[in-house]
Amino acid sequence: MTKTINLTLKVWRQKNGNVKGRMETYEARGISTDMSFLEMIDVVNEGLILKGEDPIAFDHDCREGICGMCGAVVNGRPHGPEKGTTLCQLHMRHFDDGDEVVVEPWRSRAFKVIKDLVVDRSAFDSIIQAGGYISVNTGGAQDANAIPVPQNVAEKAMDAAECIGCGACVAACPNASAMLFVSAKVSQLALLPQGRPEAAGRVKAMVSKMDDMGFGHCGNERECEAECPKNISIVNIARMNREFIKASLK
Amino acid sequence: MSWLTDTLTSSIGKKLLMAASGLFFCCFLVVHLIGNLTVFGGSETFNSYVDHLHSLGPLIRIAEVLMAIFAFVHVVTGLSLALDNFKARPVKYEMKKNGGGRTLGSATMPYTGLVLLLFVLVHLKGFHFADHTSRSVFDIMTGAFSDPVIVGFYVFAMAVVAVHVSHGFWSAFQTLGLNHEKYTPAIKGLSLIFSLTVGVGFGFIPVWLSFF
Ligand code: FES
Repeated sequence: MTKTINLTLKVWRQKNGNVKGRMETYEARGISTDMSFLEMIDVVNEGLILKGEDPIAFDHDCREGICGMCGAVVNGRPHGPEKGTTLCQLHMRHFDDGDEVVVEPWRSRAFKVIKDLVVDRSAFDSIIQAGGYISVNTGGAQDANAIPVPQNVAEKAMDAAECIGCGACVAACPNASAMLFVSAKVSQLALLPQGRPEAAGRVKAMVSKMDDMGFGHCGNERECEAECPKNISIVNIARMNREFIKASLK
Repeated sequence: MSWLTDTLTSSIGKKLLMAASGLFFCCFLVVHLIGNLTVFGGSETFNSYVDHLHSLGPLIRIAEVLMAIFAFVHVVTGLSLALDNFKARPVKYEMKKNGGGRTLGSATMPYTGLVLLLFVLVHLKGFHFADHTSRSVFDIMTGAFSDPVIVGFYVFAMAVVAVHVSHGFWSAFQTLGLNHEKYTPAIKGLSLIFSLTVGVGFGFIPVWLSFF
């Protein structure tokens, strides 16, 4: 039998980026504990629509923790209180009947609020455009096994590649720094032979773009790795620092 | 030179400046603490240590100039980073909790840093720029530490140093790109030992001297 709970939500409501927002209180009644956090907001939104009110805007896509679209700060924690979990994979069984739940968008100068819980994360896209890719020449594709990659290196690259670019690291960082995101992207490519030819230019371009976008500076507070839904480690930040030092001496 | 200015004015570059100057001061703390241990040998041992130090002449001048430069770099870069960080989140969270990464040290770096700046100025005024013609450094010390307010201030400042380096020490290695599961636990352990040694080591001296 499914258990249901009632919650009081305090949600950030903001019509658009040009007007001031504020916290609004909503009652979420009869929420099944099997629901995800996003499904809970769906239920609240259905009620709002029936009353002729504006539903709470929030980002989402895959709802299976792989796309990086969802995310909000729930009771002071990006993606909520569960470790290594995206908001769409956060289940209501982690809440108790009668809980008050505070829901806010990512806060950063670089992520402007578009509406309610939806923020503009195109700063991340700009960083990727600056160098988060490898150039591939046209022609016949070479045999995939022709470039040997040691197992442990492949593992590290895969760990970095787990980053879904959700922005929780920026939201969690006391300084709103994007270092974990950028370092995951830099690492993923720098570790593999295909990424080496452009490694120096890449790290310089991506760091310089990151600086331009208005993020804060990393203070090694480690809040990013603590809140990352993909458990990306700050070992990647150290690797990016190494890559950056090497690149400046090239 | 442009590659150097490009590097050092970037966000990672500023962090490198903080790490390098910070580690320089960690080394200074070690040397200073070892020297200070002569206090426990009494007035003669300590004054002879001071005389030997001063007899190094130009070497001491060079060290002082280096320290002044590094202090300038550390303070100015630190303030600029703190200011940028303050501006990076214009709208604050209604509710924000720590995920488990932050420590007392990491959360208070700019504030403990400013307290230490104040302490260094007071300390230099009281000892370095004190009148050395009529009194030995040992006498200046025992004179100062006969005042419980000064003892309290020094002990407090040394607790603040301990908190500051508890984050600063390991953090400098991370910034320099040194983080690996094999040796980072050792650096973290050393960080704790170092901050405790510095805090207790320096903090005990004014208390000890207040009994003279
Ligand atoms: S909606 Fe895709 S990760 Fe949450």
